[in-house]
Amino acid sequence: MKFTGNVYRYGDNVNTDEIIPARYLNTSSEEELAKHCMEDIDIDFSKKVKKGDIIVAGKNFGCGSSREHAPISIKVSGVSCVIADTFARIFFRNAINIGLPIIELERANEKISDGDKIEVDLDNGIVKNLTKNVEYKINPFPPFMQKLINSGSLMNYIKSSKQN
Amino acid sequence: MGMTITEKILSYHLKRDSVKPGEFIEVNVDIVLANDVTAPIAIKSFKNLGLKDVFDNKKIALVPDHFTPNKDIKSAEQAKILRDFAREYNIVHYYDQGEVGVEHALLPEKGVVVAGDIVIGADSHTCTYGALGAFSTGVGSSDVAAIMATGKVWLKVPETIKFVIKGKLNKWVFAKDIILYIIGKIGVDGALYKSMEFTGDTISSLDMSSRMTICNMAIEAGGKNGIVPPDDITKKYLDERKERDYIFFNSDSDAKYSNVIEIDVNNLEPQIAFPHLPSNTKNISDVKNISLNQVVIGSCTNGRIEDLRIAAKVLEGKKVNKKVRTLIIPATPTIYKKAMEEGLFKIFLDAGAIISPPTCGPCLGGHMGILAKGERALATTNRNFVGRMGHPESEVYLSSPAVAAASAIKGEIASPEDI
Ligand code: SF4
Repeated sequence: MKFTGNVYRYGDNVNTDEIIPARYLNTSSEEELAKHCMEDIDIDFSKKVKKGDIIVAGKNFGCGSSREHAPISIKVSGVSCVIADTFARIFFRNAINIGLPIIELERANEKISDGDKIEVDLDNGIVKNLTKNVEYKINPFPPFMQKLINSGSLMNYIKSSKQN
Repeated sequence: MGMTITEKILSYHLKRDSVKPGEFIEVNVDIVLANDVTAPIAIKSFKNLGLKDVFDNKKIALVPDHFTPNKDIKSAEQAKILRDFAREYNIVHYYDQGEVGVEHALLPEKGVVVAGDIVIGADSHTCTYGALGAFSTGVGSSDVAAIMATGKVWLKVPETIKFVIKGKLNKWVFAKDIILYIIGKIGVDGALYKSMEFTGDTISSLDMSSRMTICNMAIEAGGKNGIVPPDDITKKYLDERKERDYIFFNSDSDAKYSNVIEIDVNNLEPQIAFPHLPSNTKNISDVKNISLNQVVIGSCTNGRIEDLRIAAKVLEGKKVNKKVRTLIIPATPTIYKKAMEEGLFKIFLDAGAIISPPTCGPCLGGHMGILAKGERALATTNRNFVGRMGHPESEVYLSSPAVAAASAIKGEIASPEDI
């Protein structure tokens, strides 16, 4: 899988309440969640974001609660992937399980600036900063994880592997 | 190159010689578990798959322990989803009625989880079973649905921090104080994503109950799993109850660790975690004038028979303070029965304490001992987040059963030395 998009950059410890505030958890409508994505950290995010755009952040992205709503709101808002220094453990799992690609890149938010154009090649494990013209190697996901991400969610992945 | 115990358990399940930290793997799970809060969502996702059967009805554990005996209509509906599912799919390790207890105390006691296992649970304190020399960690409900269907889970191999705990514990200092001290030292994200391996002469002298207390709180430091190298004490525990054969793995002497932290416990004092983080710890000698409305002795952290014996030792012949509601919650029916047979209930009742049936109850603010606005509790549980035991403006402090019992008598946080 390959994506290209513009970067929205944030700092360390972006928590699940900032990604999707608890006041919106009474809905499970994915479109509704997407409308409020990143609202408490970047009020206009859902209006600005374009399909394929990329979130870049520092350490411990997604810390806080175990709500699967957080990665869902990011994914449905059109974001193609999140690149960060590190992710909080349960956010990491939930993101993968709902089919949102996430990438760990050391000092990501120092290497990449707000607005940079980035190309991500998941299969070969390459992040290319097209604006700055530099390339970073990342650990590619193993084949089964790529399949999982490509199928859209853990449940879809299992459905299709059970049918085959 | 050498491997840690966690890396060895994971490689064994992959049928490979080694795994590397940071690597993604898909492994077979020995036991998957969920409770009355997390199982209903997992069951819904599982049903959406339209499969005829679960991957293995002997490898799924369903324990409705959080809001049972059913607290209200909503929780009764949740528990019913488990009951119906367990009957429909003939789930062997389903516990209900007089058989149910707090999941992380119940499964080891029944011999359902053993050394060398990979145990995955939709409950963050699944990390408890590391005390038995198993790899165990908490996940979300989707993960459990997937495991119920396939028997497999994906994991990222964690790096390991080795803790070397040395020295002899003072009279009123216990495993709970060691783990609270560690979390206070490294912080709530001090072991983020990592395996916490607990070693050293202090750990190898601890009984299984104490080791479970320590591994139980690995998640409170952000850890993926906690683990204690299995030894003769583990062997004796397992041989008395195991349902399956177990395998002992141990770290190589040249295993690679991301960090090694040495802790001398010779002078360690009882620890108190102040609101609202388990890492907000203080020595008991620095704690003054914290009056209490409630004391809770129970939970997957400290609700085992060993914990109740310690509490009984402190409470024997004494009365709890009139202002402090003192709740004793044996974690499982077996513990309940033992406590009764050993005469502990008489001590508790004579002291004016309340004995609850086995349940998570107040630990997560569920039922059986909720705090009003402005009230303060000291609990032997593992979390003191905002509103954990009731009103958002109530407070929870954490300690060992000995300090909890002493404080119940005094009416404020106190050391057993002062009783
Ligand atoms: S006793 Fe508390 S921490 Fe343990 S499983 Fe129950 S609610 Fe969770």
